[in-house]
Amino acid sequence: MSDLTGLTLKAALDGLAAKSFSSEEITQAHVTAVEAARALNAYVVETPERAIEMARASDERRAKGAAGPLEGAPLGIKDLFCTEGVASTAGSKILEGFRPAYESTVTSNLWRDGAVMLGKLNMDEFAMGSSNETSAWGPVVNPWRARGGNADLTPGGSSGGSAAAVAAQLCLGATATDTGGSIRQPAAFTGTVGIKPTYGRCSRWGVVAFASSLDQAGPMARTVEDAAILLTSMAGHDPKDSTSLPVETPDFASFCGKSVKGLRIGVPKEYRVDGMPAEIDALWEQGIAWLKDAGCEIVEVSLPHTKYALPAYYIVAPAEASSNLARYDGMRYGLRVEGGSLLETYERTRAEGFGAEVKRRILIGTYVLSAGYYDAYYLKALKVRRRIADDFDQAWKTCDALLTPTAPSAAFALGERSDDPVAMYLNDIFTVTVNLAGLPGMSVPAGLDAQGLPLGLQLIGRNLDEGTLFSLGSAIEKAADFRAKPQRWW
Amino acid sequence: MAIDAATVKKVARLARIAEPEDKLEPLARELSGILDWIEQLNEVDTDGVEPMTTSVHTHLPMREDVVTDGGDPAKVLGNAPRSEKGFFVVPKVVE
Repeated sequence: MSDLTGLTLKAALDGLAAKSFSSEEITQAHVTAVEAARALNAYVVETPERAIEMARASDERRAKGAAGPLEGAPLGIKDLFCTEGVASTAGSKILEGFRPAYESTVTSNLWRDGAVMLGKLNMDEFAMGSSNETSAWGPVVNPWRARGGNADLTPGGSSGGSAAAVAAQLCLGATATDTGGSIRQPAAFTGTVGIKPTYGRCSRWGVVAFASSLDQAGPMARTVEDAAILLTSMAGHDPKDSTSLPVETPDFASFCGKSVKGLRIGVPKEYRVDGMPAEIDALWEQGIAWLKDAGCEIVEVSLPHTKYALPAYYIVAPAEASSNLARYDGMRYGLRVEGGSLLETYERTRAEGFGAEVKRRILIGTYVLSAGYYDAYYLKALKVRRRIADDFDQAWKTCDALLTPTAPSAAFALGERSDDPVAMYLNDIFTVTVNLAGLPGMSVPAGLDAQGLPLGLQLIGRNLDEGTLFSLGSAIEKAADFRAKPQRWW
Repeated sequence: MAIDAATVKKVARLARIAEPEDKLEPLARELSGILDWIEQLNEVDTDGVEPMTTSVHTHLPMREDVVTDGGDPAKVLGNAPRSEKGFFVVPKVVE
């Protein structure tokens, strides 16, 4: 049954509908694959019993003719999503042993539609990282290796577990979240598809908060169509999240394969940054040529404040994080380290519970919000954020979507960049603008570099225009004909 | 503008994170590096620009002021590091 893990989500759903195999069979095949792939450290919690139980219940529903849109499909869930009764740690020691009494809206939507949970996926602590190395449970290893090499590479971050699990066929698809690039950069590093939808498409209720004005959930999958199927289930208005948008969720899969003829594609000149590998530049040119061949019109656009997006992000996100993470005080849940006084208990709990990167960002956030610095840093960053959003509004006057590289490099070695925070932050240079503006962005695998490692192209769309991204994404997917898979070594 | 060890100490206290004395200097260097890089925001002319706190274009909705949840202390206390008789047990706050 091992072939069942190689199916796309769409093919698996078709096979389940045709009764070629049962949910229990395809779920068991994935459970076995997950157990055999522990060297990747992609799953932090495996839930095989629950998976089989859910699969059997799914098979019964199908037998009764009550199959949902994701009926019987085994998925992986990023550990940032609260899952009732199943450990949810956000990659942090401070939440070790935390078992939520409730289910996040996004995962509830998936179970409502018939999906099966295989377990919880590793991630950077509180989604703060671009290489998965800040996880309290150790880094995820990318299933991809450089041609002829055996060095362990990063799968990217923060959704590194989701990306690795999808690439290594340890689930049919996975949930992920993206605050500054945490879906798209790992997708690019692992040859998978990831989309961060418009801010407000997916409910944040039950998703452990990092930076609430930027956090957004989205799917990772092996094809554009699979990502569309997953997003259709995950999205939808939720009164429990006041920033959830009261809009209809279209059938995103219906946009896949649609003609892109006549669409105007903007190419932002500011994304040609110094030191970018020639291969990535060449891939970008190739992407432009593919879309031109598909009938798109290419226009050069300018997003003049691009270079200020990362520094603005590193004020806004830590400021929101320092406030959000104040809840980890050792009183109501999570780790408590007793001290001589209440204050000492707080301080010791947080010193032992948080890792170095999380502490660094809490300190930055506390500093930029503290008396005397608020205007100079926080308010300034919010104004620059407006400038960045305005840049996009200007661009939409002459184009319908933007095409850029997803990340400035291919996957790098674990440990290679962990000593320099700013160098690590630069990974998100092409992705972070989208979070600040609230726009949808998708990464599509487009080719391999000279070392045989995957590279991705990013599509950016107008507010709530994920449909166009799915059409363009499937056009690139078709032209690129990306079929490479990581050679199994684990 | 660089952050010194004394400032790190003050900010760590505000953030309720115990930082040992020997970590203050290295942290000050790290945080200063990040803040120096952030300083480039001063190049941007933001006169008259409205600060952007959210990308959501609609007004925040109001909800009905009614009880929709509750009455389940066992669930609420289920993850408490310490609890007793239906209460969270916390360190003494008032002498």
